[in-house]
Amino acid sequence: MAQKTQIEEVDRGIYDVINPENHRFVADKGLTEDIIREISREKNEPEWMLEFRLKSLEIYKSKPIPTWGADLSDLDVENIVHYVKPNTDMKHSWDEVPEEIKQTFERLGIPEAERKSLAGVGAQYDSEVVYHSMQEDLIKQGVIYTDMDSAVKQHEDIVRKYFMTLITNRDHKFSALHGAVWSGGSFVYVPEGVQVELPLQSYFRLNAKGAGQFEHTLIVVEKGASLHFIEGCSAPKYSVQNLHAGAVELFVKEEAKLRYSTIENWSRNMYNLNTKRSVVDKNGRIEWVSGSFGSRVSMLYPMSILRGEGASSEFTGITFAAKGQYLDTGTKVVHSAPNTSSIVNSKSISKDGGHAFYRGLLRVTPNAVGVKSTVNCESLMLDNRSKSDTLPIIEIGNDQVDIGHEAKIGRISDETIFYLMSRGISEAEAKAMIVRGFVEPITKELPLEYAVELNNLITLELEGTIG
Amino acid sequence: MQIIKIDNLKSEVDGSAILKGIDLTINKGEIHVIMGPNGAGKSTLANVLMGHPSHEVTEGKVTFMGKDLLDMKVDERAKAGLFLSFQYPQEVPGVTVENFLRTAKKEVSGIMPMMTQFNKDVKKQMSDLDMEEKYLSRYLNQGFSGGEKKKNEILQMAVLNPKLAILDETDSGLDVDAIRVVYETVQKLANENNAILVITHYNKILNYIKPDVVHVLVDGKIVKSGDLSLAEEIEQKGYESFKNALDDASLSA
Repeated sequence: MAQKTQIEEVDRGIYDVINPENHRFVADKGLTEDIIREISREKNEPEWMLEFRLKSLEIYKSKPIPTWGADLSDLDVENIVHYVKPNTDMKHSWDEVPEEIKQTFERLGIPEAERKSLAGVGAQYDSEVVYHSMQEDLIKQGVIYTDMDSAVKQHEDIVRKYFMTLITNRDHKFSALHGAVWSGGSFVYVPEGVQVELPLQSYFRLNAKGAGQFEHTLIVVEKGASLHFIEGCSAPKYSVQNLHAGAVELFVKEEAKLRYSTIENWSRNMYNLNTKRSVVDKNGRIEWVSGSFGSRVSMLYPMSILRGEGASSEFTGITFAAKGQYLDTGTKVVHSAPNTSSIVNSKSISKDGGHAFYRGLLRVTPNAVGVKSTVNCESLMLDNRSKSDTLPIIEIGNDQVDIGHEAKIGRISDETIFYLMSRGISEAEAKAMIVRGFVEPITKELPLEYAVELNNLITLELEGTIG
Repeated sequence: MQIIKIDNLKSEVDGSAILKGIDLTINKGEIHVIMGPNGAGKSTLANVLMGHPSHEVTEGKVTFMGKDLLDMKVDERAKAGLFLSFQYPQEVPGVTVENFLRTAKKEVSGIMPMMTQFNKDVKKQMSDLDMEEKYLSRYLNQGFSGGEKKKNEILQMAVLNPKLAILDETDSGLDVDAIRVVYETVQKLANENNAILVITHYNKILNYIKPDVVHVLVDGKIVKSGDLSLAEEIEQKGYESFKNALDDASLSA
């Protein structure tokens, strides 16, 4: 077992803490049926899940690597250890969590976030949830918030009804891979009419060389209920390429409301190929707040399917592509029922040769009359080496719609820097202020501690490149 | 005591000369007005002093508060006590007026202002300027009318308390009532420890602000300086006669 701490690359502060590995189980490299059976056996899963995994593996092997979007030719999937189990079992009290893991989370601010009135914490360390808690009144209201592995066993009926029905193992190669090797993640079930007042929070982190992370998040918000779920991701970096192919399935029922916020800050060698989808019934509402930082390559397009009349979606996204990064992000909205509405606000920043690509789809089916939609994309490039692209695809199936689209690509204006500097603000701070101002519409959508974290991330990203 | 001393200041933009040798000294407690026709170089002078990157100083020396001004970065000039009220203030989306004012105050004074006292002071200044408090939570200059932008500039001047405030055409884009409010505030901010340089081509502002010295700037040079009566002379004769004077001067030189 490797015990050395790698410090080959530049320290990125508290977001880049690397602990020595101390795992009790590491799967063989390469993906075989035996590994899948081993994963399932370790988890003590019901037979149907094992069968699903094996079927997914079969599909995975038969699907080609996608050739559009990011260049994935360097990604050697067969050499990624797909499942790494941390050397600890589920804990319900913070005191029981091993000191080393605790320190990592403490540096990431998790216990503090909880103290600050978050309703519950589920934190994923490598592939399994090691810490978990939830306020008692939520339990009394029938809200279920647990890790996905436990949910398969304890809430088998609900899981079986929804699991990978929105993102299926046939959608693409990485959804098939996910179906075969998924591990960990969050499960939330909010019963009819229950309003969860405080946000639920989950924090994912990868900490094993060569380990992919395939967490599955499944959230069901029943009729008239509401929830705000926050997922934060931060990973240290390693010299081996890492792959993240998680799946997020969100079911928003009639008159229900779900807000799903996430800041992903992956290490700079990560391939982040995440799939996120939500389906919204009559008069329901989904709100996405999505921040994409870090990773070498990201392909991420949270999708909203508005299938009930009057359903609505709002997507607020920020992407920050720095040196060596290609972040292909956006959102998809499908209006498949009348009088549905959507708002898309996407912002991207690229610097130091980074490439931010906005790829969006807005589809209105022929029966979906009375649709209203506004799509707004803004890109900011901090220097001449960086790239920014916008590819918004709009497919309208009828003419009784009201669609607005606006795209802007710009640079930081010298006049604005001069103006801010004339008030005593340094050039570096002036630029940071402009960038923070640019993303302010996103930060204001986030709970305070996340807004602070986002601003810290931006400051970290800007350090050393400006001035 | 001198606040600023400008000696033979010359500048270029993209190779063409704009300032052709400015000499000007401003002492503590003084209000100066520079008047001149469009294109004379009035705004250029303001921008050169503040350190605009597209203006190149080709000759001359500027001493500000005993230091070499031209050697300083833009933010250092502000910290030394120089302020420019912009003719066209920039819009900065996502940065609130309140946040901006506090950041600027911190940078210029070197001390993070106490929130409560600072807010109280700012609100007092806003009420003097006839500005609604809601502007504090608006994004800097975004969607502001011309008049609101100019009032916001003077608000910044009031908050930052500079040694020398240069007001570049602050009257342009203002209605009569706003001009009165703005210049009355400026007059109130003037004291024996600071100085104000007003750049304008509109002498109506002299109803609200009382300069000690009036300069006429034509074709990159100050061609005449005098007291308030010079402004009256401009009103009667226009700038043409000063232009002619300049031509005569250069012919005889």
